[in-house]
Amino acid sequence: MRRNIPILGYAILCVLGVVLAKADVLDLYMQIILMFIGINVILSTSLNLVNGYMGEFSVGHAGFMAVGAYITSVLNILLFTNSSVFGPPVLSPSSALILFPLTLLAGGVGAALAGLLVAVPSFRTRGDYLAIITLAVNYIVKSSIENMQVIGGARGFMGMSNVINSMKEVVDLPWTLIWVFISAGLTVVILQKFVSSTYGKGIIALRDDEIAAEIMSVNTQRMKVVAFMLSSGLAGIAGGLFAHVLGYINPGTFTIMKSTEVLVMVYLGGMGSLSGSVLSAIGLTIVLEAFRPLQVYKWVIVPLLLILLMLFRPEGIMGHRELTDVFPRLRQLLGLKPKLSE
Amino acid sequence: MFLETFLQNLLNALQWGSFYALIALGYTMVYGVLLLINFAHGDIFMVGAYVAFFIATLLLGQYSSPFLPPVLVFAITVVATMVITSGVGVAIERIAYRPLRRKGASRLYVVITALMCGLILENGNLALLGASRRNFPEMLSKTAYNIGGVNFTNVKLLVILTTIAVFILLETIVRKTRLGMAMRAISYDRMAVPLMGIPVDTVIVFTFILGSSMAALAGVLFATAYPVLEPYMGALVGWKAFIAAVLGGIGEIRGAFAGGFLLGFIEIFVAALFPSTLRDLIAFSILLVFLSIKPTGIFGVSRATKI
Repeated sequence: MRRNIPILGYAILCVLGVVLAKADVLDLYMQIILMFIGINVILSTSLNLVNGYMGEFSVGHAGFMAVGAYITSVLNILLFTNSSVFGPPVLSPSSALILFPLTLLAGGVGAALAGLLVAVPSFRTRGDYLAIITLAVNYIVKSSIENMQVIGGARGFMGMSNVINSMKEVVDLPWTLIWVFISAGLTVVILQKFVSSTYGKGIIALRDDEIAAEIMSVNTQRMKVVAFMLSSGLAGIAGGLFAHVLGYINPGTFTIMKSTEVLVMVYLGGMGSLSGSVLSAIGLTIVLEAFRPLQVYKWVIVPLLLILLMLFRPEGIMGHRELTDVFPRLRQLLGLKPKLSE
Repeated sequence: MFLETFLQNLLNALQWGSFYALIALGYTMVYGVLLLINFAHGDIFMVGAYVAFFIATLLLGQYSSPFLPPVLVFAITVVATMVITSGVGVAIERIAYRPLRRKGASRLYVVITALMCGLILENGNLALLGASRRNFPEMLSKTAYNIGGVNFTNVKLLVILTTIAVFILLETIVRKTRLGMAMRAISYDRMAVPLMGIPVDTVIVFTFILGSSMAALAGVLFATAYPVLEPYMGALVGWKAFIAAVLGGIGEIRGAFAGGFLLGFIEIFVAALFPSTLRDLIAFSILLVFLSIKPTGIFGVSRATKI
């Protein structure tokens, strides 16, 4: 029972958020910030699996996000709305409420398959050469979407707000907020369970020494495929949510700049620290919003602050540690098993 | 007819590849010495173009004198730009990278710091000078030649010849001088080099000077060939030059040139044969396949890991 305390606490917070949003205490602006925080948490924790736990340097996370965003959006528009591109809805618009998680998942699966583009070359390539491959995949995804005129090409793709509206017609709740909360929570739980499982520890072994891991009977090739697919699949889900928060996507959103933003969150939080990634995703999103009045100077001051932070804490906010390592009492409070001394 | 088109494209590709090659040099030399991907390098190129813009405007405008023929103005601009821009490069190394290196931070954190430095350069420029594009003054009067149906200008020739000269110069520096030997020694074994009494920091500063001044040179030449400047001009070119450096085998000077020209050829010929919207798609797909087959690039050597 006590082990479920963190999950229970998160659920209560989420319900509270939804109730406040419904009661208009949280206005739309605050809701959007909350949703961006959730999406950034998914992005940074999922990238941390590859860049932090596995020690690779993937710089193309936005590419997978784009795959998920487009698959989910196209499916939703095709199935649930009357659009000029795909004609009348295939299913009744009200079924969007039940089937939305499935289309979101389909986006994730699509992105995971795109992750294979990186996973397969990673068998032979490591380090900076693999970084280029992820960079190339990001460009390839963006360029492919730009050349697909059916889904709008470079002009972008829109109409996702109709899907959300048809969900709201059935039950009037802030549905995007709810799905972002659920997805962010699930992502963190899944990743935490994965990296602390015996199977998932193979990834950390791979980072420390690939040859030794191989000798210790870690199937390194399968491990790499699993890690890349899980990471890119989660990025795809974040992309699907992102598309429905904004209601409009275009390939220009998913460039190397977006990937860089996620990279900064991972390294700011600390490689191989999930709680660090969560904290830095929350912190950076809020800081970027708070500095919005500075306009152009925002992108001078934020990087400057980050450089200073790097100079004083060269291993990120949390280093390789988790929040429970910094505050051991927290572990007790949350009802987790005591950590074995190393 | 076919041959003419081919030669014309070949010439364009050589010019385009020259820019990639000159920028890729900075990536590859810094990587060879420090194992650091200096993502601020593309923006150093941008800084170079802007510095050249200001020096040229200054020399041609208020302080113009009849004693300065345009060619001499161009020469002064090139040299002054290279000096000032290498100052910027060295300053970034001193302020941002060296303290992190001293603290023994993981090199990926240094990479992130480099990304941040690039952002500061880009957006600092945007904040100080505004978003309006600037026209680079014309210092060399362009003359177009036509030999057997192939058109080219003196600027195009200048770019290509300069790049070849730089290649020979750098190969000589790295192969024949003591500093070059120290650079190669550091990339060969970074543990033993300080023990041999080689001043590592001096070598690193020298590397940054070389790399930044080559980026500045690329900036001046780029602005002469395509005279429109904007703050984000370095970002995309920088990423592509990084790709060129890896394609050639990062850490190798020959590789930077081979990779730069190869990327130039791929891009120009894809744009010539297919719709230009497919350029990135096809170019990067070729790259992906190439790196999957030969993971260390053209000149890169895979090192065996000892257990």
